[in-house]
Amino acid sequence: MSFINYSSREINCKLVYYGPGLGGKTTNLQYIYEKTNPQARGKMISLATETERTLFFDFLPLSLGTIRGFRVRFHLYTVPGQVFYDASRKLILKGADGVVFVADSQEERMEANIESIENMMVHLKEHGYDPDKIPLVIQYNKRDLPNAAPVEELRKLLNPKGLMDFEAVATRGDGVFDTLKAVAKLVLQELKSGK
Amino acid sequence: MGAPGLVMYEDEFNQISAVLEKLVRDSNSRMVFLVDKNGQLIAAAGETENLDTTSLASLTAGNIAATGGLAKLLGEKEFSILFHEGERDNLHINLIGQRVILVVIFDDRSTLGLVRLRVKKASEELAQIFDRLMKKAETEATVGTASPFAEITDDDIENLFSE
Repeated sequence: MSFINYSSREINCKLVYYGPGLGGKTTNLQYIYEKTNPQARGKMISLATETERTLFFDFLPLSLGTIRGFRVRFHLYTVPGQVFYDASRKLILKGADGVVFVADSQEERMEANIESIENMMVHLKEHGYDPDKIPLVIQYNKRDLPNAAPVEELRKLLNPKGLMDFEAVATRGDGVFDTLKAVAKLVLQELKSGK
Repeated sequence: MGAPGLVMYEDEFNQISAVLEKLVRDSNSRMVFLVDKNGQLIAAAGETENLDTTSLASLTAGNIAATGGLAKLLGEKEFSILFHEGERDNLHINLIGQRVILVVIFDDRSTLGLVRLRVKKASEELAQIFDRLMKKAETEATVGTASPFAEITDDDIENLFSE
């Protein structure tokens, strides 16, 4: 749910990184944080367990620049990927303007990917979104691992509708900004069409 | 799509800011801020200089969302007031009209009783302003007033990412 402030001339949008546990959602945000000019970002907040698993969410505010005199800000959130945090996941997805689904490319995580994307579709519908219309991009992460499944296979299982998708190695940053830009553009195009 | 986005206009923003300024004074608090349920900071007043209000806003919304989840599990509609007591500072958080969250940060110069009393009055005023704001946004949308974003070009969006 975007927030358009005519008084301070700002547009604020919410992006949510969704996906199975240990898939690299937090790593995406950490890389973005490290590589962004300090003036353009706020503090990154991670509500994590002692073993650095996301407990509630990570949060990173970014300022992208201005469009037609309006400062464009994005608030990036990750959800906790572990299956039993479902209630928290649903809360964080609420109000999202755009979603990135971070899939784990490893063969043995395929079931977890499918379960997570189906879970996401259910939550989107419950929040009143049309899953076919919300700005959504898919990222196949961990492409560097030897047990990574072929992209074609991932596509067939996770992206049958042919949404924009990206290969990534979030630890090195490969594909991280491409994914962010793609979803941010979709969100702005949605705003432009006045939905 | 889900719920429509929040829109804020100059007039309403000034009215909201005035209510918040008054609340800071009347409740002897350090600062107050208003956040929408998705964690976007709407307005703030008081000693905001050294505080990371963006983070505060997002964590407050997360807090309210989690508490709302707890309420539902217990069969409550919501827990409309939260209070966190610290050694130095305290936080009073309340929901206004299911839509926005009012947060008051106060120390020993004030008391919980005084804060609650002043928050109640301010919440009523804020609820009215937000009602008007929603109606205005709806009217503008139906009349089809040109949104500044309708004229955004693909080039504008592209330029945002060119740096």
